[in-house]
Amino acid sequence: MRGYLRSDGRKGIRNVVLVAYLVECAHHVARMIVQAADDRAVQLVGFPGCFPNEYAFAMMRAVCTHPNVGGVVLLSLGCEGFDRDSLAGAVAATGRPVETLVIQENGGTARTVEAGAAAVARIRAAVDREPDVDMDLDELVVGTVCGGSDGTSGISANPAVGRCFDRLVEAGATCIFEETGELIGCEEIMAERAATPELGAEIRAAVAKAARYYETLGYGSFAPGNAEGGLTTLEEKSMGAYAKSGASPISGLIKPGDVPPAGGLYLLDVVPDGEVRFGFPNISDNAEIVELIACGCHLILFTTGRGSVVGSAVSPVIKVCANPDTYRKLAGDMDVNAGRIIEGEGSADEVGLEIFERVRRVAEGEHSVSEALGHQEFILTYKQFEPIGPSCLPVR
Amino acid sequence: MDQAGIVPVSDVRVVLLHPADNVLVCCQAGRAGDRIACDGATIALAEAVDLGHKVARRDLRAGEDVIKYGVCIGAMTAAAKAGHHVHVDNMTSKYIRSTSRGRKPQPPAQS
Repeated sequence: MRGYLRSDGRKGIRNVVLVAYLVECAHHVARMIVQAADDRAVQLVGFPGCFPNEYAFAMMRAVCTHPNVGGVVLLSLGCEGFDRDSLAGAVAATGRPVETLVIQENGGTARTVEAGAAAVARIRAAVDREPDVDMDLDELVVGTVCGGSDGTSGISANPAVGRCFDRLVEAGATCIFEETGELIGCEEIMAERAATPELGAEIRAAVAKAARYYETLGYGSFAPGNAEGGLTTLEEKSMGAYAKSGASPISGLIKPGDVPPAGGLYLLDVVPDGEVRFGFPNISDNAEIVELIACGCHLILFTTGRGSVVGSAVSPVIKVCANPDTYRKLAGDMDVNAGRIIEGEGSADEVGLEIFERVRRVAEGEHSVSEALGHQEFILTYKQFEPIGPSCLPVR
Repeated sequence: MDQAGIVPVSDVRVVLLHPADNVLVCCQAGRAGDRIACDGATIALAEAVDLGHKVARRDLRAGEDVIKYGVCIGAMTAAAKAGHHVHVDNMTSKYIRSTSRGRKPQPPAQS
């Protein structure tokens, strides 16, 4: 495996140039710049809000300094609340090329698009000179998320991803599973798997926080399609989702933007701290994927029953389809058919090995299916978090 | 999960995920009257059941916990005989109500 060595010691499996808008008012100009580049490795990310938010800044900083990212063009309208200079400074401090374009100071849309295209070309040229180095499996960070879950997810794709996670953790890699709101009902089993009793207590508290949060909002993380696919309750969906974590001990509990300090299995707490503000914790699957990426994930294993087609900017998404009927309908969007477990034509171990091999190949540069189809979704909204507690990370 | 696995059946393949479970999961869509081999006997599907949906393994009482993966995933709100579909019309969450299109959410079960 080859990787791009960054100044913080992490290595990337891709060498992406990001065009990042810092308010919705700069989104169109940023998109025009990306379209003009016509290059799969020039990608659009951004934050739409005009009001400043510590979390959104931290996410943008984490994404713009992600190991898969080689350089960045920042797109500002000019009057928004986002602290563009601090972000540019944080990116520059990592040694990455970064340029900031302010539309109000650049003569408007057409001129900024032109200037942006030139900036992308300069940064692309600099990034392309980046040498690649050897990279081992124990330097890889892999996240998992499920979307469009149904009654098959928890018995095929999710256990298979769990087996893949076990293999990765055994090889020294870092694996992250998430959505404490979709693990309601699993808190005791997870706490028992925690590396220390103190971490177990933190996990119980994180799930209790999630249950409280969703209770206040009046809805669990449960969509109509979940019920149509045979899932009846949130705790039933949780048990299925939980299977993605495999059987390794849980080494730590992190929050969005925290990069795990060592290999092992980590739980990502995505539910905001404090009183309920800004609405639902994650308004759609891609919000969770962005948070996994902000924690350093090089690639994402996405399990789906009903059939999601999304990918992501920055980190490739590998699709594992749980439902054999869905696979037949959407085969062109799927990397792995875990539905064969349902049809009695394979075990979770076999499909887990297939996913593991797919992870290796995509890490080596092969495009995942969503990547090849040009999926580069990205969404970031308002949230608030407090730092993780002292028992949440393994002692080194 | 040692004893879990695909149960051999005549009409519809189902899976018993854990020996303690009181529901089975359909591995393919079944029609009313289709037979399922279950615990050494044959039970009939009471209604059409889709892939991924749950069927009562034995007679379930209202208020009884529903066990899947060997753990409680909610409680029955109405009785269901073996072979009946177990879903939003006869069971509910013990945590947070579920929602579905065109249907009012049910309140969580009191535990």
